[in-house]
Amino acid sequence: MKKYLHVINVGFQNNLQYRFNYLTRTLFSFIPLFAMLSLWRTIYGGAGGAGDHGGFSQSQMIFYYLLVAVVDVFTAVNEDDWQIAADIREGNINQFLLKPVDYLWYRLCLFVSGRLAFVLMAALPLAVFIFCFRQYFLPPPDVFTFGIFLASLVLTALLQFFISYAMAMLAFWLLEISTFIFILYAFEYLASGHLFPLDVLPSALKGILFATPFPYQLYFPIQIYMGKVAGVGLALGLVTQFLWVVVAYGFARFMWRRGVRKYSAFGG
Amino acid sequence: MKRLRRYLDLYAALWKNSVTREMSFKGNFLLWIVVELLWFGLQLCFISVLYSQTEHIGSWTKWQMVLLVGASNFIQQLYQAFFLTNCTNLSELVRTGKLDFLLLLPVNTRFLVSLRVVDLGAFVNALFAVCVMAFAAVKLNLHPTLGQFAGFAALCVVGVLIHYSLMFILATICFWTVRAQGIVWGYYNLFNIARMPDEAFRGAFKAVFTFALPVLLVSNVPTRVLADKIYSPSAWLLLVGVAFVWLAVSEWFWRFSVRRYTSASS
Repeated sequence: MKKYLHVINVGFQNNLQYRFNYLTRTLFSFIPLFAMLSLWRTIYGGAGGAGDHGGFSQSQMIFYYLLVAVVDVFTAVNEDDWQIAADIREGNINQFLLKPVDYLWYRLCLFVSGRLAFVLMAALPLAVFIFCFRQYFLPPPDVFTFGIFLASLVLTALLQFFISYAMAMLAFWLLEISTFIFILYAFEYLASGHLFPLDVLPSALKGILFATPFPYQLYFPIQIYMGKVAGVGLALGLVTQFLWVVVAYGFARFMWRRGVRKYSAFGG
Repeated sequence: MKRLRRYLDLYAALWKNSVTREMSFKGNFLLWIVVELLWFGLQLCFISVLYSQTEHIGSWTKWQMVLLVGASNFIQQLYQAFFLTNCTNLSELVRTGKLDFLLLLPVNTRFLVSLRVVDLGAFVNALFAVCVMAFAAVKLNLHPTLGQFAGFAALCVVGVLIHYSLMFILATICFWTVRAQGIVWGYYNLFNIARMPDEAFRGAFKAVFTFALPVLLVSNVPTRVLADKIYSPSAWLLLVGVAFVWLAVSEWFWRFSVRRYTSASS
């Protein structure tokens, strides 16, 4: 356990090197966010301001996108998949086959430290941005819901990470995997609710999406925070999210084992 | 004239190199086309979702929006075909000191740096964008005149030049900080705005992205020309004017920055 804490510590310090990068990335990401908010405002404005889209009023819609930004800062996989693929391609994983350090836990520690560094850098600009929209940003319904939200947030991060990790394992078989990463990302972008809240979709389509892990990568924790899901639905959703994390973890392990069997240690 | 001839020959040679390079990774070449198509499809999905909620965004109807997204994708793909890879590579050239070799060649260095690699897949995707635009035009029952076509094409070229100038300025920052790659990718966020209807914005945001960083004009103005939505000639005069200003600024900044270059290798 101690060695992994050490990894987190070193990873955190390494990631702080990129603080300028993180800062610019956060600031740049406000531009499309603001544009999106303006777009929805115009749509609601066209309907006399009182429209109701997918059960969202105008202020709830803005609230939704603000929460997307917040959850994203805490849980999004940054460059971990690329780094893992590079590690495999360049033979950096050789040492992990020999040392008593598990590569998956090692990468998870780096992911956690990367997120910590990112949150640290993004917190201030994000807080300022949210402050500008403070009339839309509400507290969660109660403390209990907030606790559940935090638990779901952790599961979201784990799910994101394990899926990316499993995806990066393709590097054992393929030289160039960025295309696959982008294809997966496109599906995540749409089906996790990044582009719009899934409620505006026809309910049949929404039902199909909920059979995939994607909504649990972003949409579900936001639902909890906004108090749109409660009681049995909440419990069921949380269990489903947990099961997806377990499945993704198992799949990541499986891909790694298959990959190592095929691996022939490039770069020696 | 002889000089132009020489540069055209050079550029033809660069094209030949790019074709050879792309064809050695055929599977990857095709996959990138699929990726871009997927993202394009995603934007179209978004439009259909938006218009399931409303009839109009400002004065923009659904198929006018499709035309807008098609045009913005068309411009972006053309830009990507000619310039994107080169702009993102500049910081790598500086970091590794490979820029030395390019500086020593008896050719304009900016020409080499900007046009070395051609992304052929992007032309395929530009073609898809044209198809989507044609479909939207049929749905809108548009009958553009030859003049409208010419205006649209010319404004698209101007749009590509604006994207290029802005991103080249960002890429040139790598002479100061080696980690400029993040800044260059940040420009991707501006592409996101380029496909939004101008009427969705007001106030300072609109002013900044119309006059200072004119990404809101880049695809809106050509689309308006094509869709008979142009409100006054000032729109395209502004677009052309701002393009010239940014081209000039990027050239000045490039010269100013190269003077600072001290090479990394030796």
